[in-house]
Amino acid sequence: MRAFSVSDLNSALRTHLEGEGLFFDLWLLAEVVEFRRYPSGHCYFTLKDEQASIRAVLWRSAADRLAKLPANGEAVLAHGRVGFYEARGEVQFVVDQIVPAGEGLLNAQLEQLRARLEAEGLFDERRKRPLPLLPRRIGIVTSLQAAALQDMLTIFRRRYPLAEIVLSPCLVQGELAPASIVAALRRVYAEPVDLVILARGGGASEDLAAFNDEQVVRAVAASPVPIITGVGHETDTTLVDAVADLRAPTPSAAAEQAAPAVVDLRQRVAELRERAANAMLAYLDEQRRTIAQQASALQRNHPRRRFDAARQTVDELSRRAERAFERWLALEQTRLQGLQARLQTLSPQATLARGYAIAQRADGHVVTDPAQVQAGESLHLTLRAGTLLVAVEDSHE
Amino acid sequence: MSEPTAVEQYETLLAELQAVVERLERGELSLAEALRLYERGAELAAACQQLLDAAELRVRQLDSA
Repeated sequence: MRAFSVSDLNSALRTHLEGEGLFFDLWLLAEVVEFRRYPSGHCYFTLKDEQASIRAVLWRSAADRLAKLPANGEAVLAHGRVGFYEARGEVQFVVDQIVPAGEGLLNAQLEQLRARLEAEGLFDERRKRPLPLLPRRIGIVTSLQAAALQDMLTIFRRRYPLAEIVLSPCLVQGELAPASIVAALRRVYAEPVDLVILARGGGASEDLAAFNDEQVVRAVAASPVPIITGVGHETDTTLVDAVADLRAPTPSAAAEQAAPAVVDLRQRVAELRERAANAMLAYLDEQRRTIAQQASALQRNHPRRRFDAARQTVDELSRRAERAFERWLALEQTRLQGLQARLQTLSPQATLARGYAIAQRADGHVVTDPAQVQAGESLHLTLRAGTLLVAVEDSHE
Repeated sequence: MSEPTAVEQYETLLAELQAVVERLERGELSLAEALRLYERGAELAAACQQLLDAAELRVRQLDSA
């Protein structure tokens, strides 16, 4: 048999208790008693319920992070782990976070709900729909009493007075608020709206509880048209914000993001009008160009042009004819001169020059036979240098 | 069903204006057609502006019974 020392036992107990990791990350719902803060800054107290109690320690480092230290008799939710204090052989709860039980419980429930909805995919970015460019009817679900409603209506009157606002009033705080909001949402869903705004002016954060209510969150998620939330102040985030298609920080911001400003629409119309004017000017320009082109085509095809062309052809032809004629003339002259030269050699003149004479009757007939003339008739004798008129005395056969 | 809102009237006018402008920009029109379209466009633009100027927010409250 082996005897343990107390130190050995406590060390083993500590290793056993703390080493298993079984008692890490625990929430204890308990009442605080015997709370005491030491000058070191560490706090020692007891956590108990009706039947049992456990010693607890809150180290200075954790205590300094708390907004408020717990008070004796207070119901709390304490978060921490189980530790073993070897020197005294005592089990203790080492606290790192402690909150009043009421609020803590609410937050815990809220976290549970958030985790559940998230697991269902309700916060998925892909669920988020784009807002209509020009909403026609905008449903507003809010309290009639709140300044938030007047703020939103003022913004719509100034920026986008084209739409019809379908106002679905509801309670926004108190126990009846969740059911009232759900009913108001359903009423507005039954209208031909193409956008819904769920709004609530700023308030204390517990006043926004209705916007973390599961039924309300589900009713928002079930909106048949895009839905914008504008709940509370900029810093408040509720579960409805997480399921809405767009989360605006405030009701006024929701109204501004719901629709374009009418000045932008005017701008749009002005641009279209300018485009029409430009198109018209371009059209007229084009017509002018076409007309100019046609005029020049017409000019090209004018009858005078054709006449001119014909005349040119005629001129050309006549020039050619003239040249041909001249060539012909030159040729003829050459030929004529040749003929003349030949003629020269055949001329009787040469014969006459040798002393012969040509006898012709008065009628010009050349006499080649004495029988052609009778005695007494006159004949013309052509000699080289002139003509003789002679009388025929007799004719011999 | 409620009567058409200013937005619906605006959308209708704007859609026609857009169609007119696109037709004009596409061209291949006779002068008479082009002039007619241009005049129609000017009318539509004026109607749009007038609609935007004259629009007044309508608020209808549902019974919360």
